[in-house]
Amino acid sequence: MKVAVTSKGTLLESEVDPRFGRASYILIVDTDSLSFEAMDNSANVNAFKGAGIQAATMISDKGAEVLMTGYCGPKAFATLEAAGVKVVSDISGKVLDAVTAIKEGKVSYSATPNKDGHW
Amino acid sequence: MIISVASGKGGTGKTTISTNMALALGSGVEFLDCDVEEPNAHLFLKPVIERTELVTTPIPLVDLEKCTYCRKCSAICRFNAITVVSHKVLIFPELCHSCGGCMVVCPEGAITETGRELGEINFGARNGIRFINGRLRVGESMSPPLIKRVRSEADPEKVTIIDAPPGTSCPVIAAMNGADFVLMVTEPTPFGLHDLKLAVETVKLLGIPSGLVVNRSDIGDQEVFAYAEREQLPVLLTIPFERRIAEAYSQGRSIVEEFPEWKERFCELFHKIETIIQKRSTTV
Ligand code: SF4
Ligand code: SF4
Repeated sequence: MKVAVTSKGTLLESEVDPRFGRASYILIVDTDSLSFEAMDNSANVNAFKGAGIQAATMISDKGAEVLMTGYCGPKAFATLEAAGVKVVSDISGKVLDAVTAIKEGKVSYSATPNKDGHW
Repeated sequence: MIISVASGKGGTGKTTISTNMALALGSGVEFLDCDVEEPNAHLFLKPVIERTELVTTPIPLVDLEKCTYCRKCSAICRFNAITVVSHKVLIFPELCHSCGGCMVVCPEGAITETGRELGEINFGARNGIRFINGRLRVGESMSPPLIKRVRSEADPEKVTIIDAPPGTSCPVIAAMNGADFVLMVTEPTPFGLHDLKLAVETVKLLGIPSGLVVNRSDIGDQEVFAYAEREQLPVLLTIPFERRIAEAYSQGRSIVEEFPEWKERFCELFHKIETIIQKRSTTV
């Protein structure tokens, strides 16, 4: 399964970036092989509004089935829902920890977006 | 002739100035309240509202039967208001600026227009003063199209006084653009001056002549007058703090109707503005 994790860097050891739309990088990780692709999200970081919508579209295109991040606002959430991508929010620590947690089934999926859409 | 009354921040008495100028001039004047998030000029002008219309803005509507998921629509949208994910096209109406770009580029003709309610526009009158205001729907943030709609109702034969929203962002520009004069209302305090400077820079960019009204001119410091001189911004009226003025205001009564000497001063204010506009039109 492919998982998208927002990240401050380009490695599995990087810290999770709590932001989604404006995350520095988004890592698309294969949970079985731990192979991954680091996507530079800088184009979105500068978007005036709707960065989460763009990021959500991008990870869906990459075939991610789950997004793991700190915070996911309502518009991004709606986009992910339409794309059939599940969301795990309130993630922190290293990207690898997040991937390990989901492999072990130790996560709970968000049924609603985080409050307030100003990220 | 269009005079836009603006202020860098709220609460400087912008509406007091605009409504009193309209009342002093009386019939033949037209008043447009473009402070659509918090329109309150009607509290002072007390117009009789004759009719109300809903104002909508066009947003796209996608026919998925025709859509081939080519993504041309989302590629052209600068506002991220439309996106295509796994055989769905999502539209975020509150991000859409109604530019129509997506409709134009869709090769399948799958996009048509539908309306989204922005607010309402009210038409009325009082003693020969024509009155129009816009009121943004609660929770709506897209005010420029509503402001433009209110302005489109202006009668070019009349003296049009616009009550602009406070601040310096897009809504204010929508309320000042194309005006013959911008009258700025400020208070002589450091906060007032800070916001005034921002507003003056905006007006300069638009290339519109402007002048200043200093309200509660005896509170705070004198820095605003020094600034006005440096900027060659004429101070057209100063209103000292007076208990009776403040009281009249708090009860929704107008200064010019209560105190006849102020009617003259507001007429004078208008004539100074008129002179500046005329001078400018003969020199360019
Ligand atoms: S009308 Fe313009 S702003 Fe609205 S969705 Fe289409 S392209 Fe985007
Ligand atoms: S441009 Fe038209 S056909 Fe292409 S994805 Fe958008 S709505 Fe569908």
